[in-house]
Amino acid sequence: MTDTPATPARQSLRDWLQAPTASSPRQARAQAFWRGWQRLIANRAALAGLIVLVLLVAMAVIGPYLTPYSPLQQDLTARLQPPSAQHWLGTDDLGRDILTRILYGARITLMMALLVAAIAGPIGLAVGATAGYLGGWFDIVAMRLVDVFLSFPSLILALAFVAALGPGIENAVIAISLSAWPPIARLARAEALTVRKSDYIAAARLQGASSMRLILKHVMPICLPSVVVRVTLNMAGIILTAAGLGFLGLGAQPPSPEWGAMLASGRQFMLTSWWLAATPGAAIMLVSLAFNLLGDGLRDVLDPRND
Amino acid sequence: MTDPLLDVRNLRVAYPSAHGYSDALRGISFTLGREKLGIVGESGSGKSTAGRAIMRLLPPKARVSADALRLSDVDLLTASEAQMRDIRGGRVAMILQDPRYALNPLKTVGAQIMESYRIHTRAGRAEARDRTLAMLEDVHIRDPRRVVDLYPHELSGGMGQRVMIAMMLIASPELVIADEPTSALDVTVRGQILEILNERVEAQGAGLILISHDLPLVSDFCDRVLVMYGGQVMEELAARDLSQATHPYTVSLHASLPPLDHAVDELIVPEYDPSWLTEIRK
Amino acid sequence: MSAPSLEIADLSIAFGHGRARVQAVDRASFSVAPGDAFGIIGESGSGKSTILRAVTGLLDDYEGGVLIDGQMAPRPRARAFFKTVQMVFQDPYGSLHPRRMIRATLMEPLEIYRLDRRDDRIAQVLVDVGLAPEYAYRYPHQLSGGQRQRVAVARALLLEPRILLLDEPTSALDVSVQAGVLNVLNALRRARGLTYVMVSHDLRVIAHMCSRIAVMTQGRIVEEMSVEDLRAQRAQEQYTRTLIAASRAAVTAE
Repeated sequence: MTDTPATPARQSLRDWLQAPTASSPRQARAQAFWRGWQRLIANRAALAGLIVLVLLVAMAVIGPYLTPYSPLQQDLTARLQPPSAQHWLGTDDLGRDILTRILYGARITLMMALLVAAIAGPIGLAVGATAGYLGGWFDIVAMRLVDVFLSFPSLILALAFVAALGPGIENAVIAISLSAWPPIARLARAEALTVRKSDYIAAARLQGASSMRLILKHVMPICLPSVVVRVTLNMAGIILTAAGLGFLGLGAQPPSPEWGAMLASGRQFMLTSWWLAATPGAAIMLVSLAFNLLGDGLRDVLDPRND
Repeated sequence: MTDPLLDVRNLRVAYPSAHGYSDALRGISFTLGREKLGIVGESGSGKSTAGRAIMRLLPPKARVSADALRLSDVDLLTASEAQMRDIRGGRVAMILQDPRYALNPLKTVGAQIMESYRIHTRAGRAEARDRTLAMLEDVHIRDPRRVVDLYPHELSGGMGQRVMIAMMLIASPELVIADEPTSALDVTVRGQILEILNERVEAQGAGLILISHDLPLVSDFCDRVLVMYGGQVMEELAARDLSQATHPYTVSLHASLPPLDHAVDELIVPEYDPSWLTEIRK
Repeated sequence: MSAPSLEIADLSIAFGHGRARVQAVDRASFSVAPGDAFGIIGESGSGKSTILRAVTGLLDDYEGGVLIDGQMAPRPRARAFFKTVQMVFQDPYGSLHPRRMIRATLMEPLEIYRLDRRDDRIAQVLVDVGLAPEYAYRYPHQLSGGQRQRVAVARALLLEPRILLLDEPTSALDVSVQAGVLNVLNALRRARGLTYVMVSHDLRVIAHMCSRIAVMTQGRIVEEMSVEDLRAQRAQEQYTRTLIAASRAAVTAE
């Protein structure tokens, strides 16, 4: 044993991942993941988007422990202060530290975006894949429903739902999800239509696979990549809608540090204290951009036509 | 015999891959006069790359080099893109496997043939139309006046390939490269198409390169055959000598075909000698 | 005399309605004895592959009878049917799910039919088709065309069917690769006593694989003959003669 040179664990992991042939299912899956990862980080823009998002998540998780201020604690003696060493991004009209509020707001924004993705993605995927594969009356009913939803601009639709459900973050999430799943369903259906006649679906049918199994294990994995890409690209829109609802006073309610609500309240002071509106605005822009870049990169990685 | 029509010496093509460049052609050489040359090989042998390299139709990322790549008086390696446009379709024509993908689905057959004629000859509309009709007749289309106004999807496979031949040969090219021209066709129309191709090429005195995976077909149709494997020419021989081929690759390729005349228990599966992949130095 | 393994009786299949109606298969009949290899040769659009799809039930809208061991095949096909009849598709690039590991593809029938010793069975069937068991841990894009087609054969064999339908199994492959796949198919048939129905446009392949051959054109079986008659060019119908002549042209004409 002693004559084998000691290889660092990291090196051998790399070898394991890059071995020309896999010798276990785990290794095969890890290798497939590794190759996708290599392609993703080879794409500079996608990498940049990913880094921004990772930083943002890290900030949302640990940021609040780093700042001495509370997002809600008012200090009327320190109103509308410009950025300084004490308040890096200044204070708002009630003397609250804006950086602190942005950090706490990141939690709200990310939580909303992820919740919407977690609700709308699977619903859209399930409805679309099922409709595309089964066809017939299920397809007709599901797609007419989608048409109805798509005939309204999503913000207007979300507004209508929130108006009916009442303002608040939970209701905003439900409202945005309701307006976000139909385009995903339509996309998934288009993908499902292209594969339903393929030989590998026919082959699986000859193995006795039920429709349920075919949809879950064969059609959905084919639709999944484009749905993931679409949801990632939609994240920007979801965040903007969430911010828009907050801005209109229908999402998060004051004094919650939601970015859209912050933007709305900063609007009154735009001419005198620009940082009130610019900071949440920039945060929204940065996150939307990061999601878009990542989505573009994912499209290149996940699209099987690029293999 | 005068100067060769096409002179290819040590042609190499490499494509970028995950680990640097990977070779598709590793130094092939041949000359072509006014004759029919077959290039035979299996998928990945580089046979199609060779055809495309002559037309300079490889993707821009491909790295191409050669000691010589000449079409009579033109150096194809250094020719400008404008010169190449003149050569493609004008002096060198290419016929592809499937006419359904090679013809524009939105234009009538006649319009496409006329266009390819007028690009290379500056002929007027009336003359182009006459030539088109004559050309369709030359490829044995019975009713050219009707076919001229058809769209590609209205043609059968064999008819489509005749139209392709008419379109490619109307500008009287000196060299025709046919890349698997009959692979997409039914066996009963294959013979007719090859017959027509042969007739036209001979009538116009052009050279022909037939690229195919089908050993019997090539040996039957061509004068000379290059057998390719792994981006190199394994063997060059007169077509009628194919049954007496000496290179083990050619022999085993021939032997792996199921025979029609007698039954065999087991087919011979070619075994590849890694030494074939080492580069042949001259 | 036992019942034929597979019998097709007056099978008719039409696509489309009204003016666009196309009779893809027109009253086709044949029967295949157990352990026999039956070939259907025809050109594109002759309806030969359509017959196979009707036998499997992938195409359910047919008239006439499909009989397995003398019994009418249930419509729609019951699960048990697929333990008797399996099919290998033409295009090895399209018949394997691009995102599933070979192991997952091969595991599927074993899960559906709740069979035991799953990993052993997968390893064994891969060896049977001439692949190392480690191929189970690859994805389709890591395999060549010939290897993919072997995997497709392996998948069809996992349920240990008695009848295997082969839809141009080697037309997408190089001849050297084709030789290997055909050898595997022949060896399997002998070892397991399988009944084959093979569809092809390639006379050489059909002659090598099958003992009886049906010639199809425009949806109809115009002639059924033995392979000996085919090799000796003893054809009754003009179309068969043309087909044989065209297929031989490249070999004999000088």
